[in-house]
Amino acid sequence: MADASIIPAGITGMFDLLSPVAPGWGANLLRGLVRSLQIAFGAFGMGLIIGTFGSYAKLYGGPIARDLAAVYTTLVRAIPELVMIILLYYAGTDLINRILEGLGYQRVDISGLVAGIVVLGFVQGAYATEVLRGAIKAIPQGEIEAARAYGMSPVLMMRRVTLPAMLPHALPGLANLWLISTKDTALLAVVGFSELTLETRQAAGTTKAYMTFYLAAGALYLFITLFSSVILEWVEKRARRGMPSVKEAR
Amino acid sequence: MSNALGETEIEVPIETFPIHKEKDASSLASKLPPHRIVLILIGLALVASAALFMRWDWLPQYGGLILQGLWRTIWILVVTVVLGFLLAVPLGLAQASGPAFLAIPARAFCTVIRGTPLLVQLWLLYYGLGSLFPQYPWIRGSELWPYLRQAWPYAVLALTLSYAGYEGEVMRGAFAGVPKGQLESARAFGMPRFTIFRRIWLPQAIHRALPTLAGEAVLQLKSTPLVATITVVDLYSVASRVRQDTFLTYEPLLLLAAGYLVITGIIVMLFRRVERLIPSKLG
Repeated sequence: MADASIIPAGITGMFDLLSPVAPGWGANLLRGLVRSLQIAFGAFGMGLIIGTFGSYAKLYGGPIARDLAAVYTTLVRAIPELVMIILLYYAGTDLINRILEGLGYQRVDISGLVAGIVVLGFVQGAYATEVLRGAIKAIPQGEIEAARAYGMSPVLMMRRVTLPAMLPHALPGLANLWLISTKDTALLAVVGFSELTLETRQAAGTTKAYMTFYLAAGALYLFITLFSSVILEWVEKRARRGMPSVKEAR
Repeated sequence: MSNALGETEIEVPIETFPIHKEKDASSLASKLPPHRIVLILIGLALVASAALFMRWDWLPQYGGLILQGLWRTIWILVVTVVLGFLLAVPLGLAQASGPAFLAIPARAFCTVIRGTPLLVQLWLLYYGLGSLFPQYPWIRGSELWPYLRQAWPYAVLALTLSYAGYEGEVMRGAFAGVPKGQLESARAFGMPRFTIFRRIWLPQAIHRALPTLAGEAVLQLKSTPLVATITVVDLYSVASRVRQDTFLTYEPLLLLAAGYLVITGIIVMLFRRVERLIPSKLG
């Protein structure tokens, strides 16, 4: 049992290391996986909300809102995610605490989970803005005009016409964004948030079985990706029901 | 722009609605309405206040290091994009029209690369492979060993494979999207298969993929800072060192973000130029 050699001694040694009970590190990896998924879901949801507002600002906003949205999407899409994460993670929490202190409140400890969701959601929002803008533009103009002619308020129109009608156009892009969001959670390892990648690194560093653990982490990420693409395909098929297939039209 | 004069002459007599008003207005006035001037002024004021009120006295001391990091970032970017593209062409071709024993491994490669985070790939190669190599005496004795002990070969390898994985998928679509008639007529001319590929198939596929290629190059630039996590000294890692040395939070990061913005702008401009070189009326 005490063969903490650099190469795991065959398959049994590998499974010992990956087992979820105490001597193995499987439980740590799974805990990291759950945290990664939490952040991915949160960031994706926040990205959707920002993206909805951003795309509305770009399409229907006044000149100033339109320019500000353009600045936001351009900047965020041109600066590396890692730099954005460091900038918002350290500088953002520092800024909030300075403002709080300036106002006479106590410093708050912002939890890694919340900070990670906010930071990645801010990045996702820029991409979601572009995806949703393109999808809204793909709606036949007559549908929106008809809704307006019925006297629908903007909110009602958004809920009843724009969002459902744009969904099939937006889904491929949103599916891509979801996959990016699951992979971007790995970047939080750099700022010390213990999601799957950092848990893997700690396990690998302790046991010296680098290959085993990184391959296991890769397999977990790959499983998430493949599993979500199956589900997303099903959702897209459902959202597209009744629409002519693109393949047949060609 | 060159035929604007001719167009307006024809348009004038029938222009009841000012359809071409934007075209006629001078481009500067249409691009700079009052609100945008105000926004630009606010932006300039922000930059100026950052330059005036923040601490930049560390710049001269770290100037050489920053240039070195910048050079390494650009060098890694260019090398991995070129190598990755060279690898992506066979990957795309194998998936688009290869036999199954080539197509399936190529698709599997692309799926695995696109399905796992680059950071995990990078650490797998650097820590995983890097911990395996020293155990084999013949590797330690080989000529390559001095390179394998450094970090940058792993960085280049990981970024190249990642770019090839994403780009292989793009090239698959591009190869499959070239109209069949083009290839058939090339065959009717009696071209050998490789000549068809070199003269007809590849150029048209690249032309189709060019806009995506530009986007992917920017994405690649955005993944270069990850190499700092395996001790390669690039632009990002210089910025973190300045932060550690001087205890400044914002200044190095803002400069870093500005640097990446500029490089992104240059990449987009270069690709736009390349796109303009190719006659765009196709099929």
